[in-house]
Amino acid sequence: MTRGTRIDGIAAGRLEAEQYTQNFGDLYTPLDRHEAQVASDRCYFCYDAPCVTACPTTIDIPLFIRQIATDTPEAAAKTIFNQNILGGMCARVCPTEQLCEEACVREAAEGKPVQIGLLQRYATDTLMGRDTHPFTRAATTGKTVAVVGAGPAGLSAAHRLAMHGHDVTLYDARPKPGGLNEYGIAAYKTPEDFAQAEVDWLMKIGGITFKHDQKLGAEIALDSLADQHDAVFLAIGLSGVNALGAQGDTLENVTDAVRFIDALRQSDKSAVPVGRNVVVIGGGMTAVDAAVQSRLLGAENVSMVYRRDQSRMSASTKEQDHAAHEGVRLIFNAQPVAVHGSGAAQQVEFEYTVDGPGGLTGTGETFQLPADQVLVAIGQTLGAVSVDLDGRKIAVTGAGRTSRDGVWAGGDCAAGGDDLTVTAVAEGRDAAEDIHAYLSA
Amino acid sequence: MADLSINFAGIKSPNPFWLASAPPTDKEYNVRRAFEAGWGGVVWKTLGLDPSVVNVNGPRYGAIYGADRRLLGLNNIELITDRPLETNLQEIKSVKRDYPDRAVVVSLMVPCEEWAWKQILPLVEETGADGVELNFGCPHGMSERGMGAAVGQVPEYIEMVTRWVKQNTRMPCIVKLTPNITDVRLPAEAAHRGGADAVSLINTINSITSVNLDLFAPEPTIDGKGAHGGYCGPAVKPIALNMVAEIGRNPETANLPISGIGGITTWRDAAEFIALGAGSVQVCTAAMTYGFKIVDEMISGLSQWMDEKGHESIDAITGRAIPNCSDWKHLNLNYVAKAKIDQDLCISCGRCFAACEDTSHQAISMSEDRTFEVIDEECVACNLCVNVCPIEDCITMEEMAAGTTDPRTGKVVEEEFADWTTHPNNPAAVAAE
Ligand SMILES: Cc1cc2nc3c(=O)[nH]c(=O)nc-3n(C[C@H](O)[C@H](O)[C@H](O)COP(=O)(O)OP(=O)(O)OC[C@H]3O[C@@H](n4cnc5c(N)ncnc54)[C@H](O)[C@@H]3O)c2cc1C
Ligand SMILES: Cc1cc2nc3c(=O)[nH]c(=O)nc-3n(C[C@H](O)[C@H](O)[C@H](O)COP(=O)(O)O)c2cc1C
Ligand code: SF4
Repeated sequence: MTRGTRIDGIAAGRLEAEQYTQNFGDLYTPLDRHEAQVASDRCYFCYDAPCVTACPTTIDIPLFIRQIATDTPEAAAKTIFNQNILGGMCARVCPTEQLCEEACVREAAEGKPVQIGLLQRYATDTLMGRDTHPFTRAATTGKTVAVVGAGPAGLSAAHRLAMHGHDVTLYDARPKPGGLNEYGIAAYKTPEDFAQAEVDWLMKIGGITFKHDQKLGAEIALDSLADQHDAVFLAIGLSGVNALGAQGDTLENVTDAVRFIDALRQSDKSAVPVGRNVVVIGGGMTAVDAAVQSRLLGAENVSMVYRRDQSRMSASTKEQDHAAHEGVRLIFNAQPVAVHGSGAAQQVEFEYTVDGPGGLTGTGETFQLPADQVLVAIGQTLGAVSVDLDGRKIAVTGAGRTSRDGVWAGGDCAAGGDDLTVTAVAEGRDAAEDIHAYLSA
Repeated sequence: MADLSINFAGIKSPNPFWLASAPPTDKEYNVRRAFEAGWGGVVWKTLGLDPSVVNVNGPRYGAIYGADRRLLGLNNIELITDRPLETNLQEIKSVKRDYPDRAVVVSLMVPCEEWAWKQILPLVEETGADGVELNFGCPHGMSERGMGAAVGQVPEYIEMVTRWVKQNTRMPCIVKLTPNITDVRLPAEAAHRGGADAVSLINTINSITSVNLDLFAPEPTIDGKGAHGGYCGPAVKPIALNMVAEIGRNPETANLPISGIGGITTWRDAAEFIALGAGSVQVCTAAMTYGFKIVDEMISGLSQWMDEKGHESIDAITGRAIPNCSDWKHLNLNYVAKAKIDQDLCISCGRCFAACEDTSHQAISMSEDRTFEVIDEECVACNLCVNVCPIEDCITMEEMAAGTTDPRTGKVVEEEFADWTTHPNNPAAVAAE
């Protein structure tokens, strides 16, 4: 028997088995050949195309779409992978509505961009389905590079370095490679263990040794890595989280949303406990993912509360619509005052806000939301690292050079750029090219 | 990796994709950028004697569109280069010097008199160009002055001029043919007799793309009047393919290298021309529509296809379809097929029904719930339903195995080949031996 959505408190197994399968299956149906042909036909093959400029990895989008149109999706995939080796993941997780598709001239013409993300997926799935690797390694150079962090930035750098013939040791604090692809991205964006399949495929380039459970600052240290290797690339993402800092934030069932998603990604969904009334605090992609996945796990009421105006939310309109479509209630201009409960959370008290020229101020008016689970998604922070920082991230110049000679950094841990998978891939690739130039000099 | 490089009538280039003589190759600036984009060669925009021609100062082009305003056909009234000869020659020399591995062929059109060819050929040779192409094809403007298609329509002139050219230069000579004739084999044979190293085709087809119904004037309209132009682009590809095949099949010209031109837009178009005998291909409209960058797709697509099929070189595929180009009278009349509709793919639009019911053989049935099925008793396998169906592969032609009975004729499908030449209905039939 399932527990149902109306059982109070936190409970696992609220839904029927099929419902979990359905809820956590692919969010977007992939295009079949006919659909891909029709979709590719709409591309105008623009000159110096705005979509390419909008892509952080500068994929030659018109070319790959033309290659799909002429029925050579494998060639299309190569065009994509040349620029972005994680083009398969990016096709699934990129907020295309804020990137390439937003820039598409057909968005301007008809409000309907070419379906670049889905076309990219069609091409990359086709080639990856062939089970061969499209790149070959250059002759080994005898140089070794340590890449710390096996998320998108680290993987992208490792692949590019290996391709240029360097030997790469890829360290990660966690047992599996993939970073947030494996532990963070919403389950319905990357079902069927795509993250691991992609890593396995990427590793086929050869020359990359993965070492798990190796945490910088614990099992490994920057000084010794720098001594043992010709270069080091730091791609450690943001492993810490911001605390709520409101009264009652240490009550039971007040959890950091990233941890919640991490556990969910690694578990059988029917074993993941979720509240009847869930309150998510935050306005970004993590908040949306935590809220939506709570609903998909069978929570009856899920509210996502953001302290500022809707226009300031970092989650895109499409993401917000998705949340609303899944039955998440979006509340804006309300900041948490306190979590109430005895032992475990029971309600969250919010105060309405106004966002004026002088910053965000409370209006004094408050309200309460019932909550047996509170998920906090108000930003992540960099773990300890012994290079100079720029604000709260690693300071870099050029293609990821840190304050320390021979050490590069990229992805979420490095200053500059949006915290997106595709940006991490671009920074990893560019740092790898810079390291390659440095090692070849 | 398949080898895309070619040696076409002694002219080498790293891939078979050349830009045809036209605005894309009108000046050094363009040609350098084209080479940077990856084109294997160019045929320089046709040169003439000074004083240079002048072009109209109003619209030169008209267009035909498919769905979504996709350009399918382009019509132009542009003449040969309108820049001084010396400017072009200097630029050709400078480009060729910097791109020794690319093919630089110079298109020429001068009056039909030997002195004119004797005058221009040494100047071209001096540039270091790899060859010349004789423009006997331009169907507008120049033909009014006795050049271009006016020469190309008279085989004797073609032969004569080609011979002059061969006598006055060591450069390979390509003769560019006009499609505005009744039988393309005759001008090709004439070029061959004159000593041409190769032919290229097609140049543009006489056309009026549209009529302005307010002005009652053909478009493009210049001050209320219009002149016919030359048609090119995807719409002319079938005409060009046939002409290329005709020359390839003709025993007289069977070994004459052909540079295929006409509507080439994708790798597949190029591969088709090559299969019908082209040793190089030339592109104009596709570059004018999408820019030089399209060559990337042509190169990647052709390489991928050749790799997948194990074709190692362009030579290995050139003319591979020629033996299968037949005459109607030699098609097997014992080959029987039936249309088949894949019900899983069918979207029930009913276009096949409209086509077959209204204009063909009433061989498709339509049920109350819009299920469309082929009636084998009526289907003559004409292919019209396949052609009008919006979904690729939804309707296919299925061959009937020998020994089965065709429900339309009640006859058993025979294994043996039998064509019109032996058919009892043919008054001129010869009995099969
Ligand atoms: C919940 C959530 C959903 C998201 N959804 C999207 C989305 O849909 N689309 C999108 O584009 N982006 C999304 N993002 C952002 C995206 O996941 C990140 O921008 C991207 O993963 C950053 O890549 P990275 O390689 O820099 O870091 P990460 O992916 O964080 O990888 C860092 C790696 O370093 C390891 N590591 C950390 N510290 C150490 C250490 N001290 N020693 C050794 N290893 C260490 C970690 O274990 C991890 O494997 C999402 C983020 C979150 C949190
Ligand atoms: C604007 C324009 C100008 C052209 N000028 C010439 C020319 O000067 N000499 C020539 O041989 N062909 C000329 N052509 C014909 C092209 O070289 C080519 O034979 C023809 O366009 C068919 O190829 P396509 O379908 O790829 O365009 C011209 C074509 C166009 C569209
Ligand atoms: S393409 Fe347009 S802008 Fe350029 S010359 Fe022609 S008419 Fe003028």
